[in-house]
This record gives sequence, structure tokens and C-alpha cells, in this order.
Amino acid sequence: MNRIVHPRALAVLLALVAGTAGAADPLPAIQQAARAGGNFTGFSAERGAAFYRAKGSDWSCATCHTPDPRQPGRHTITGKAIEPMAPAVNPARLTDAAKVEKWFKRNCKDVLDRECTALEKGDVITYLRSLGR
Amino acid sequence: MNTHRIAVSLLAALAGITAAGGATKAPPPAPNLAWQEECGSCHLAYPPRFLPAASWQRVMAGLGDHFGTDASIEPAVAKEITTWLAANARKPKAGKPEPVPPPLRITETRWFIGEHDEISAARFKSPAVGGAANCAACHRTADQGNYSERNIKLPPK
Repeated sequence: MNRIVHPRALAVLLALVAGTAGAADPLPAIQQAARAGGNFTGFSAERGAAFYRAKGSDWSCATCHTPDPRQPGRHTITGKAIEPMAPAVNPARLTDAAKVEKWFKRNCKDVLDRECTALEKGDVITYLRSLGR
Repeated sequence: MNTHRIAVSLLAALAGITAAGGATKAPPPAPNLAWQEECGSCHLAYPPRFLPAASWQRVMAGLGDHFGTDASIEPAVAKEITTWLAANARKPKAGKPEPVPPPLRITETRWFIGEHDEISAARFKSPAVGGAANCAACHRTADQGNYSERNIKLPPK
């Protein structure tokens, strides 16, 4: 029996393992950053909800993600469909720390013309996770 | 020459035509995973054949302000995507000068304008479409890179 693993199969396997290793809960690192900022007393789903709906200069999170994060959204410029943000209806959300950071960076700049603070990010994640079905 | 031989040579000639047709209409390149992931999250991942290489290089060099949005990505990933886009970009036609500077928007290219001249600006702006960036509103198989005429279905007005 030939027991040699095809190099390509091995590469795919390694990529899969690396992919799962890279996926992680984004909240611990954000919490650590919030603590480092001082005066941290915990994240708030209520504050997160208010932030989610608050407009920056023109847009809010809700502009593309709709006022109810359990609903599918739509990119306000390109029209592209966006999967729901709430993990209750879309379990893949908020499971990959790098992805979460990447999108906070981009979207906060779109909405607020600045990056979000650790407190804002933690509040929004807490809000999204607080939503039931 | 008997009928059999005629039939054989006819078939051979036909095969030649099909092969030539296939050469001009090459199948889309195997999608690059980084391109799919990075370019396909805010909008449909527009196929490389929609712009010439010079345009893609301009687009990819300016991701920090990508039509008003910071769409910057990891430099190594950007390099990989740029190389793949340029390799599969629209080839310039002999004798037809390329516009300078190269267009950034697909919707500003001559072929896009020509292909969509029967679609009014109002139709593009209609709620079901939202804008010309939303290919999939009418090209129902655009997400698979298929923009074939027979897969076009305009949404209700």
C-alpha cells in the first residue's frame, strides 16, 4: 500500500489546520485593550445597541447592516447582500478575531472617519451576542 | 473523393472553427482565493477581464482611498492579487489606443458603456439595483463569473 501523502493534500490539510487555529474569539484581546485604557467596568450591550444605530457624519452601522442585526443587510453603495451580523442567526459571525478587527477598522473609518475604541468594539460585540433569534 | 471523406474534412474544418472561437473566448481563469475574499466582500469580485492591466495596477495602488473607502489590505496579499489581476486583465486591442490615464471604474470603460447603452440611468439607480456596481442584480450568475446574455434577468421596476 502506498502510504505517501500527496504534497498537495498535505498543503490543503495544513491550510485547514492553520485556518482553524487563526479563528478565535475576538473579545478577550479587545477586553485586554479596554482594560489598558483604564476605568474599564465591563462592556454593555445597551451602549453597543446605541452605538450601532448612531450616525457618524452620514452613515451608522445600521445603514448597511439594517437596524436589526438579525436581518440580512445590503451595502449602501454597491448593493451587495450582507449576511446577518447576529451570531444567533449567523453562527460564523464574530468567530475570527483577525476578520473582526479588519472589518471594524474599515467600517469604523467609513462611519466615523476614525478607528473605533476598544470599548466601542467590545460593546458592539456584546450587543450582537445578546440578541436571540 | 467520396462523401465520407468530405464529411471528415468538413468536421475537421468545423473543429478548427470551434477551436479558434474558443481561443478568442477563453474560459475565465481559475479564481484566485485572495481575490475572491478581499475583492468580493463589499462588492462582487469583478473579473480581471473587465479592466486592462494598467487600470488594475492603479486600483490596487490606491486601496487606501478606494472610491471613498479605506480598503487597504496586507501588502503581500495585495501583491498576489495585483499579479493575478494583471495576468488575466483585458488585453489591449491592436491599433486601438488605451485611454490615458487608465480608467479606475469599470463603468467608465468604452465596452461597459457600449454593452449597457439600453439601460437607463434611472434603471441603474432603481431600488432593486442600487447602482451599476451591483452586477448581480441583473446578471444572475455574475457571482460565478458568468455574465452570459442568457443569464440576464432585469429586476422588476
